[in-house]
Amino acid sequence: MKIAVLGSGCATCKALYELTKKAVVELGLKNEVEYITDISKIIEMGVMQSPVLAINGKAVMVGFIPDVEKIKEIIKKNLTNV
Amino acid sequence: MDPFLPVQKLADYLTYSVFNLAPKTHLSLALNFFIYDSIKIFILLLVINYLMAIIRYYIPTEKIRDFLTKRQWLGFDYFLASAFGVITPFCSCSSIPLFIGFLSAGIPLGVTLAFLITSPLVNEASIAIFIGLFGLKITLMYVLAGVFIGMVGGFVLGKMGLEEEIDEALKKVIKSAKNKKTNYSFEKKQSFFSLLKKFWDEGWDLTKKIFVYVLIGVGVGALIHGFVPMGFFEKYLKNGSFWSVPLATILAVPLYSNAVGVIPIMQALVSKGVPFGTALSFMMATVGLSLPEALILKRAMKTKLLVSFFTVVTLGIILIGWFFNFFLLT
Repeated sequence: MKIAVLGSGCATCKALYELTKKAVVELGLKNEVEYITDISKIIEMGVMQSPVLAINGKAVMVGFIPDVEKIKEIIKKNLTNV
Repeated sequence: MDPFLPVQKLADYLTYSVFNLAPKTHLSLALNFFIYDSIKIFILLLVINYLMAIIRYYIPTEKIRDFLTKRQWLGFDYFLASAFGVITPFCSCSSIPLFIGFLSAGIPLGVTLAFLITSPLVNEASIAIFIGLFGLKITLMYVLAGVFIGMVGGFVLGKMGLEEEIDEALKKVIKSAKNKKTNYSFEKKQSFFSLLKKFWDEGWDLTKKIFVYVLIGVGVGALIHGFVPMGFFEKYLKNGSFWSVPLATILAVPLYSNAVGVIPIMQALVSKGVPFGTALSFMMATVGLSLPEALILKRAMKTKLLVSFFTVVTLGIILIGWFFNFFLLT
């Protein structure tokens, strides 16, 4: 499973990256969280907001949510789907 | 009756009884303003953010994009794009994905720019604060002014033949993205009550996020209210309705602030004699023309497009300021 945070390089995107890393650690996962600032990747997903949380190249959350618990929930939900 | 009368009563009670300040002093005036304005704006923000969360749920950006793609609107699309810009929450981080996303969908450059111009100028939070500080009528004029700048700006830019002035790498992305379908979807089936809660959470999150800026803005505004004498600026801005507008617009460019922080300061300045149009131009330029925003857009636009974009928006803001100064509020 690949977890990635995509952003246009703004402060909010960076914050989501940090939060996601925290969420992954708290969930006890070994995954690396990738931080991608290549805008074309966002466009390829068909998303028009940033930052984006993507799992296996699929956007699972767009926009910034300042809540580790919610991010953990989203990661967990998408884990079971894989 | 003023629905905020109880808030005024509370502010009076806190200022004059709890803090035991003598009425009509600088400090008590400032404190009274601060308590009253922050509570009132807080209530309005909650209500409007809630309403906007509902609207956004039913009209997400993707739907707006599809709506603008499908039809030929004969110029009406400039208005629609600009009006949609009002209801979309705007974070400058999203401006590039949005810009490219719209273009990829085949929406003309001018229409896309109309959306991009209005989005930061008018948003739900600034509307809430405007209602709280200036009342409904002026708020409506402000919203119309913002939509108008976006419409006309987008239209003018669309006629300038700047379609090729986009970053080369992104141009390829746009070409390849055409005719491709969005490959993500979020679960949409939710019960009525979980939706109500979702809207509340979203509105509450937004309110929390911006309220600190509101407090700072209201704080500075309250100091101006309490300590700057009435008509202070009138002395300096005598017959200043004309030259003060471009000056305020230019001065605002290096300042980068959230609209929600600037509006309370703007209102305080107006109450001390700064012409409304001048203050409005200042506020719009602070949020709409900023260097960080330009740096972000630079990644997607070539210099010629970027400069044209900023020039047109600057002119639009100056014209709106003059319009308000000379025709509406004299």
